Amino acid sequence: MKTLADLKKIREKAQEEMKLRGGNVRIKIVVGMGTSGIAMGAREVMKAFLEEISQRNLTDVLVTQTGEKGLSSMEPVVDVIIEGEEKITYGNMTPEKVKKVVVEHIVNGKMVSEYVVASGN
Amino acid sequence: MSLKRIDLLICCGSGCVSAGSLKIKEKIQAVLDAKGLLHEINIIETGCMGPCDYGPVMIVYPEGIFYKKVSLDDVEELVEEHFIKGRPFKRLMLQDEEKKAISTQKDIPFYQKQVKVALSNCGYIDPEKLEEYIAQGGYEALGTVLTTMSPKDAIVLAEKSGLRGRGGGGFPTALKWKLASGSKDNQKYVICNGDEGDPGAFMDRSLLEGDPHRVLEGMMIAAYSVNANKGFFYIRAEYPLAIKRIKLAIEQAKEAGLLGKNIFGSKFSFDAEVRTGAGAFVCGEETALIHSIEGLRGHPSAKPPYPSDKGLWGKPTIVNNVETLANLPTIFLKGAEWFSSMGTETSKGTKVFALTGDVKNTGLVEVPMGITLREMIYEVGGGIVDDRDFKAVQLGGPSGGCLTKEHLDVPVDYESLKEKGAMMGSGGVIVMNDSNCMVSIAKFFLEFSVEESCGKCSPCRIGLKQMLDIMERITSGKGVDGDIDELIRLGEAIKQLSLCGLGQTAPNPVLSTIRYFRNEYEEHIREKSCSTSVCLNLMHFIIDKNKCIGCSLCARKCPVNCISGSKEDKFIISQPECVKCGTCMEVCPVKAISKIPQMHPDVKSENERLRKQKENEE
Repeated sequence: MKTLADLKKIREKAQEEMKLRGGNVRIKIVVGMGTSGIAMGAREVMKAFLEEISQRNLTDVLVTQTGEKGLSSMEPVVDVIIEGEEKITYGNMTPEKVKKVVVEHIVNGKMVSEYVVASGN
Repeated sequence: MSLKRIDLLICCGSGCVSAGSLKIKEKIQAVLDAKGLLHEINIIETGCMGPCDYGPVMIVYPEGIFYKKVSLDDVEELVEEHFIKGRPFKRLMLQDEEKKAISTQKDIPFYQKQVKVALSNCGYIDPEKLEEYIAQGGYEALGTVLTTMSPKDAIVLAEKSGLRGRGGGGFPTALKWKLASGSKDNQKYVICNGDEGDPGAFMDRSLLEGDPHRVLEGMMIAAYSVNANKGFFYIRAEYPLAIKRIKLAIEQAKEAGLLGKNIFGSKFSFDAEVRTGAGAFVCGEETALIHSIEGLRGHPSAKPPYPSDKGLWGKPTIVNNVETLANLPTIFLKGAEWFSSMGTETSKGTKVFALTGDVKNTGLVEVPMGITLREMIYEVGGGIVDDRDFKAVQLGGPSGGCLTKEHLDVPVDYESLKEKGAMMGSGGVIVMNDSNCMVSIAKFFLEFSVEESCGKCSPCRIGLKQMLDIMERITSGKGVDGDIDELIRLGEAIKQLSLCGLGQTAPNPVLSTIRYFRNEYEEHIREKSCSTSVCLNLMHFIIDKNKCIGCSLCARKCPVNCISGSKEDKFIISQPECVKCGTCMEVCPVKAISKIPQMHPDVKSENERLRKQKENEE
């Protein structure tokens, strides 16, 4: 490291690694992990999100979880919150559907209407 | 690397480690592994998060949920609830007064009055990862200083910030640098004073453990300002983790090219190494510290010459405290105005304190200068334990003094504290409730100073021992009229005649307790009574006949068989034989035994008889 620019490069990469602690996050994916969600396969859905996001090297996306959301009949339920946009809730998710959501919604910014069960806060 | 969804920060400051945080970390790892979650979660060991009383503590991001007093038995449930089901685990969360769970760190009252500058990364980053420090803006200040400022500019900036030494004395940092930079010598040194020795103080240790790169960066900024190219970290051997982390930081910085030749492409080259001290209190004094690094006995020498003139191996040297150095990167990054906007007229910025004693939230806190003692003790500290009354607070350890209730609204800055007979010191704050005997407290600190006196000059070596003898006499019930005046006379003389800071300040605890609690001294001497029943010779135990059920348990448990009686007559303590162990009081099933402040009349007359007998023999 010889210049401030070198330092900046390292800093940006390191901030990426620390984004869970409150960094530059544009999109938040929240998987409902209540008992019914887990029973319906929320863990597999969560894993699929982590893998897809990681493979595509999407650095400003954060995957996290929450408890029961009250939509038991549509579990697993996932919220996609994009900065400055309405919250979109997907229901009856599967690892296959995750791929589609990541490609179309997360990467291209177009929600997958057929899976949406609610929108807005 | 796969994407993580949780950052789990486990406090691995020495406090939490001793409360078992490393074992908990292992167990969490094992449980996560068994459930196939390990690769989704980052487990990070951080430095001290502050609220040591709640240890082991941890914070789970992205939510920032704060968990306290986590035990091995909680781990399974915690993982199940939070890491699998994604709901905060209420049982381990802090509760407010209405028993409502407080979820995130920023909502905890303990943190609300705090402003973290030196401690900003402590408990938030992994201290063993250079990248995490850089992510927080680390080494940017150094790079900027080296590439855009002259050493003179750097000193001007430090001067404008108003930063003063955080080790105790409060000497303006920039002035120290100026003195050293004036010398034309081409070999100069910077020393980081990490010889933290006050009982109950752990600010420097926490900084070195929790954010070592910050201290190293601060040292390099200081070195550049005075044109030094070699630095030493002097850290006591009792701080193995601090030593390990700072050594690692030096290694990492060297590897990254942040330490070595032509740093940031400038002409500035620098190297640093660690020297461990054997733990003598006097080595916190800069000339003694320098001698210790030189391989000599850790004795202070007379000043002048000051180290900035003739220091390590006769070369110009600046000695800065750990916290002073830790402030520098932020000052140089955010500017002198930003720093000097905090604090009071003469004391700028923030100060780290180790809050201990009879306060609810003990731990490591950083508050703006000028905060009142009341805010620090009641708002940050959460008030006094066991709902007892506040009695006094000791600031500055064995060199400092105590303050009382009437000083609660005194702003914490160098001048205000000094004026009231205490001192900022390095930041140890010992809060005492009304169960403490101030004479005993003063004796404790004096014992410490007698033990730690290096013996080089007689006022400190002999004078302090004389003071201690009087203190021992007073607390054992043999005090005589005139003792208080003699303590003051000796204390003042020692303060004026001692060679170094240790002796010059060692009488302070006694003098300040006499100043504010003279009545307690008088009570000990004249009435042979310790109102808090701490001094065993000046109190006694009695059995209340009306409450005693005659079970004889006390008599059977008494180690010196001084309790006798029967079921009918009840039991009674023979006072002259009693050794005041308190066992009887502990075992009594009906709480019929209590402490009475005052030497028992039987003991008094027995002492008198023995004294006369001795006189006759002579």
